[in-house]
Amino acid sequence: MKYAFYPGCVAKGGAPELYQSTLAVTKALGIELVELEGAACTGAGVLSERNPELADTLNARTFAMAERHGLPLMNICSTCHGVMCQANARMQKDPAYLERINTHLAPEGLHYSGKTVVKHLLWVLMEDVGIDAIKAKISKPLGDLKAAPFYGCYIVRPSWVLGYDEMPQRKRYLEDLIEALGAESVEYTGKDKCCGFPILTMNRDNSLKMTGTHVLEAQDKGADFMVTPCPLCHLNLDGSQVEASDAVKAHLDMPVLHLPQLVGVALGIEPKALGLHKNMVNTRRLVEQFAKL
Amino acid sequence: MDVNLRVQRYDPAGDRKPYYEEYLLTGQPEGVTVLDALIEVRENVDETLGMRCSCRSSICGSCAMRINGQATLACKTRVSSVAQPDGSVTVEPMGNMPVLKDLVVDFEIFWNKINDIGPWLKTEGPVPEREYIVDNEKMLNLIGTVGCIMCGACVSDCTVLAADPDFLGPAALAKAYRFVGDPRDAHREERLADYVKDGGIWDCTHCYYCVEVCPKGVAPMEWILELRREAEAAGHTNHNGVRHSKVFAESVKEAGWLDEAKLAMESMGSLKEKLSLVPVGLRSLLHGKMPPTGPLHYKRPGADHVKRIFEELEAKE
Repeated sequence: MKYAFYPGCVAKGGAPELYQSTLAVTKALGIELVELEGAACTGAGVLSERNPELADTLNARTFAMAERHGLPLMNICSTCHGVMCQANARMQKDPAYLERINTHLAPEGLHYSGKTVVKHLLWVLMEDVGIDAIKAKISKPLGDLKAAPFYGCYIVRPSWVLGYDEMPQRKRYLEDLIEALGAESVEYTGKDKCCGFPILTMNRDNSLKMTGTHVLEAQDKGADFMVTPCPLCHLNLDGSQVEASDAVKAHLDMPVLHLPQLVGVALGIEPKALGLHKNMVNTRRLVEQFAKL
Repeated sequence: MDVNLRVQRYDPAGDRKPYYEEYLLTGQPEGVTVLDALIEVRENVDETLGMRCSCRSSICGSCAMRINGQATLACKTRVSSVAQPDGSVTVEPMGNMPVLKDLVVDFEIFWNKINDIGPWLKTEGPVPEREYIVDNEKMLNLIGTVGCIMCGACVSDCTVLAADPDFLGPAALAKAYRFVGDPRDAHREERLADYVKDGGIWDCTHCYYCVEVCPKGVAPMEWILELRREAEAAGHTNHNGVRHSKVFAESVKEAGWLDEAKLAMESMGSLKEKLSLVPVGLRSLLHGKMPPTGPLHYKRPGADHVKRIFEELEAKE
């Protein structure tokens, strides 16, 4: 199992623990990654807002790099994933548009045929590795821990760009994975809502209130921790949780794990190797609970 | 087929809080819609069920409600397409608006927001003897927004409105574009100046909820983003949203990828806002959040080609 690996900007910047836990988990599961070192930012919805064709061209360049390796592409960010799926859909349905975009790739010796398969790590785990293969490698089933899933908007909407009509099971991948790892998945309304991160610099009060509301709901429903496949959500849920506590006038103390950190714990990888000490909300108590598993 | 409806009931006049009531209907036709089933309940099972509906054809927008947690039109939703593995369908009133009774919500919030954007054509100059003549091409961009049937689904599920009732919201802002983009409207500039204020276009998180739930394909968020482009082009640039967007683009253009620290700092317009970033920055350092490639934002391999692509496509803007 081999993928062209697109880590995105945040895993190479403010969330190094996502990068290191991804490498640790994929290695343990026998997934081979070829990192696309020269791939550009997807634009995270911000570039496509300014200039849609520009953002699509940068993504076509990345897809062409994966195609040159003859590999499907794997990303580790809900936002990157959604932006890539949207770009791919636009180019796949309009060959003339794709050809126009290719004229901008040609000077670099790249060409995109429109065929690159784009998958988030979550989809790779559930569709390519498979629950049974993951279960066979679990050395620390997560016992009676309760995990609250938090998807991130772009891996769930618009559903028709993400293949949900053909594969409705994608709606419950996080819950199914949490349960396969032995933990209990907490049901709460916030799981597919917006974390508020995109407007953190534009309307901080609203942004923090959104994050605080979802963390508080998970906390009230008895979650021991939250888990997200989106590092941008993580920046707000984890990185801004102190300020979010003030915004919702409640004491929030909710560790937030990146998806591969959670899988890594169940696979028996040391918390330090998963970078759990780099999460902003203290994970010490959770790590002690993991140690007792 | 059998239909198992789990309907949220609530009468503020008598009930302390909402509760769920189950209705089991047997022998319903295969193509039965959620609205057909609800009408069957009201006509033959429980006449106290409060609901709105009219055309049954996805035109009037009366029967919007949450079905399995998401707002949509009940008349457009077949039971067979939404029944859960246990056969049940959960029906609740829309969100972000107060419940008057059962599935009926108070639309005052919705209409106030529509009113706030000035939802009529504001022309200047002498009124023509006959109609205003406009090129067909100049009206094509409005086709998307005029499809709105004011059902309220986007307002119900807007994630920003849930946090801040003062946000103008998706329906009103899509309607706002309908006039900003209309060549006959003479108040484009003052409209844009109004929409960039707090509670306006820059408060949208682009979470795609309104795009997902709109039963008519209006995609309100896309029109909010269009308004942002229009506002920036019209010179409304002194906003953190514009700074964020520009610095984002510059960062990727120069290095091929995003410089998060620079983006956060330079998006903030005031010193006070910049200082608000200090605690989170310090926490990051204390937690050893050093990028795997070191602290300096380096140029990705091939960054020159990224820059070239920017230059080629920015020229088309």
